[in-house]
Amino acid sequence: MKLTVRIWRQTGPATEGRLVPYPVDGVSPDMSFLELLDVLNQELIAAGEEPVAFDHDCREGICGSCGVVINGQAHGPERTTACQLHLRSFSDGEVVDVEPWRAKGFPIIKDLVVDRSALDRIVQAGGYVSAPTGSAPDAHATPVPKPDADLAFDNATCIGCGACVAACPNGSATLFTAAKVTHLSLLPQGQPERGQRVLDMVDAMDAEGFGGCTNTGECVASCPKGIPFASISALNREFRKASRAGRR
Amino acid sequence: MADYLTGDPIADTKAPAVPLEKRWDERKFAAKLVNPANRRKHRVIVVGTGLAGGSAGATLAEQGYHVVQFCFQDSPRRAHSVAAQGGINAAKNYRNDGDSVYRLFHDTVKGGDFRSRESNVYRLAQVSAQIIDQAVAQGVPFAREYGGLLDTRSFGGVQVQRTFYARGQTGQQLLIGAYQALSRQIDAGNVELHARTEMLDLVVVDGRARGIVARDLVTGKIETHLADAVVLATGGYGNVFYLSTNAKGSNATAIWRAHKRGAYFANPCFTQIHPTCIPRSGEHQSKLTLMSESLRNDGRIWVPKEKGDTRPPAEIPEDERDYYLERLYPSFGNLVPRDIASRAAKNVCDAGFGVGPGGLGVYLDFADAITRLGRPAIEARYGNLFDMYQRITAEDPYAVPMRIYPAIHYTMGGLWVDYDLQSTIPGLFVIGEANFSDHGANRLGASALMQGLADGYFVLPATVNDYLGSTRLDDVLPEAVTPVETEVRERIERLLAIKGTRSVDSFHRELGVLMWDHCGMSRTREGLRKALDRVPELRAEFWRDVRIPGRGAELNQELEKANRVADFLELAELLLVDALAREESCGGHFREEHQTPDGEAERDDENFAYVAAWEYGEKPVLHREELVFDHVHPTQRSYT
Repeated sequence: MKLTVRIWRQTGPATEGRLVPYPVDGVSPDMSFLELLDVLNQELIAAGEEPVAFDHDCREGICGSCGVVINGQAHGPERTTACQLHLRSFSDGEVVDVEPWRAKGFPIIKDLVVDRSALDRIVQAGGYVSAPTGSAPDAHATPVPKPDADLAFDNATCIGCGACVAACPNGSATLFTAAKVTHLSLLPQGQPERGQRVLDMVDAMDAEGFGGCTNTGECVASCPKGIPFASISALNREFRKASRAGRR
Repeated sequence: MADYLTGDPIADTKAPAVPLEKRWDERKFAAKLVNPANRRKHRVIVVGTGLAGGSAGATLAEQGYHVVQFCFQDSPRRAHSVAAQGGINAAKNYRNDGDSVYRLFHDTVKGGDFRSRESNVYRLAQVSAQIIDQAVAQGVPFAREYGGLLDTRSFGGVQVQRTFYARGQTGQQLLIGAYQALSRQIDAGNVELHARTEMLDLVVVDGRARGIVARDLVTGKIETHLADAVVLATGGYGNVFYLSTNAKGSNATAIWRAHKRGAYFANPCFTQIHPTCIPRSGEHQSKLTLMSESLRNDGRIWVPKEKGDTRPPAEIPEDERDYYLERLYPSFGNLVPRDIASRAAKNVCDAGFGVGPGGLGVYLDFADAITRLGRPAIEARYGNLFDMYQRITAEDPYAVPMRIYPAIHYTMGGLWVDYDLQSTIPGLFVIGEANFSDHGANRLGASALMQGLADGYFVLPATVNDYLGSTRLDDVLPEAVTPVETEVRERIERLLAIKGTRSVDSFHRELGVLMWDHCGMSRTREGLRKALDRVPELRAEFWRDVRIPGRGAELNQELEKANRVADFLELAELLLVDALAREESCGGHFREEHQTPDGEAERDDENFAYVAAWEYGEKPVLHREELVFDHVHPTQRSYT
């Protein structure tokens, strides 16, 4: 099949970017979207031009490295990661726009590559259980009800790709933060730090320049791992409870 | 003309000469300690943030060391351990099915086809139970039963249920646990993290590892980072084959450059082929995706009994199907170890029974399991894997059987280390997949996650303590550093100046095909020779004709790849030499010249019960480490 991809090219954070059209011919519907970029890059290199910079690594939908806005949607038309999106989701001859994640919290580095380290700093602010190595009790000492473990797992599947931020009209990192807070607050191991965790993580989120949450739901619609909307309500509940308790 | 020279034998001198069960306790007790107040004066570099590197960084920092940690990804959470699906073994015996530390040890030594060290494997089995405790304490949401207790399942090569799992995302969950522990230490100021930074060389001063030269992948800046010890946790080198289940960025550069600085490289030819990969769909394929081996618990593997049968699987009646694993290996059936299952798939496909495009595939069928357990149970166990399969192939595995084919997955070779996980360069420690120590010639399922975390959480923190507590280290003078940095700079300038006609990928793909054809699932003297002729030519072409657009002082992904492929082109040759020298079949190394009359691998314990530790030189120098089996007596590995 044949496609025209219009790709955001930007040489560096301080320069201006623009969409540049590239026709790509003879691609297969079984290719992943990133393989389309591979093919294009090989052509660009052969023509003596600079290939398109984009983040990617596992190409199995789990590392969270890849992420671009395709035709206005984070990760494109299917609810998955860009590496697991295949060209069979597009029609022959289609013009496809490809842009980087756009959010104040994610400065552009080059072309489609953005800096998502703000998400790491949110986790560093408290998204963990303080469990030093070597002193843990036997794993069966604390049973965890299966429904709690399952729901914790559903939230723990977040891959930190940043699609939720890119999809949000406010550029908010609420769904990401909510996933982590919900995962840890459901487990008995996470309890002592529960209140402090949510307050610190929400503070860190605000400090990084992410916008506020207005319950638009675009984040949930674009999340490749299906983190539920209910996690945001859970985050809000945790936050109110901790604020009332005056944990600091 | 010989391909290599033979040097003095090498031996592990760190495992204490006490009974197997007491070795690790004895080693820990004899190890020197560092006073907690003195620990913060020591800097330790950790390269890599996967299960091994992340857990090591977090634990060393907890102990009070100043850890300087590196990863080439934009975040430590993206290390490729994140992609491991199936599970992690531990000798908890929660099932009361006869499991024990000794049985886990026994299974692992046997599974490794008697090419691993008993001491190391026993320790691995010992600390396995603690790993589960540690992960649970961190909030890793393992699968649980309704009573609230942890669920387990079984894996290839094993007859007990000792594998703990978190749906099909066990690696992700364990990695996030280690990443969170690391994040906590970053926030506390004990870990200084350099993301998007790649190690390009090792700084050795007075024979000791004292730092690394690294490139900031965003600015292109080359910088030296000094420390009192260096830990490499950079994963495997399976991408030498281009198509593999590894992440695209996984590479051998850190271990290869350390090898060139004096660290011996052990058993490079032991590469594991994983039996359950999604077959490639065409020339464009950039990598392969694995389907967890745990699927073999409930999936039945078959091919049509008739050659070239192109009927859809549903139209092939039961008695016209060959469930070849169940037929050939009745007691293990579909759960035979990976090397056996892979080779069996290759054999039926080579004989013309394969299914799917090009006949390179076999069916992995869940119809029986869905009838027996119901679709919801299968969804609960493997839902995300089924979704992934459907996404990639556009086929519904609940309705039609999956198609699978073997692919390069894990490398059991790596830098040689002693019981302390220290390489032949003092102060250079190597952990996880980057070392060679625990898996022998083959790796059982669910044992890589176990090794990564055992090394990082439990082994390394004790042995690094001993090294720092017993070694006097002087300050590093700038004269020692400048030449290494200059070499790294010059190499990059040289790469950029070639301005040839062929892309980095075109060289990598050609190398990959060559390696898969001649050094893949089965190898012959003739094929290995052919590849050994071609690889040096290809390397020369690379340095003459590669084209790398852009500059060095910026984000330049082609330059990153070129640096890595240049190293793969060198490592490939050592891999071939090692495969040629090993005149036996063993685990993931199948030499067609050495097989039993019924086509199984034929080991030669008399001549090859050794670790091949290669020293870098004009010609590689082989140092043999004799393997002694006092507890698990080497036998023909039988799974029938």
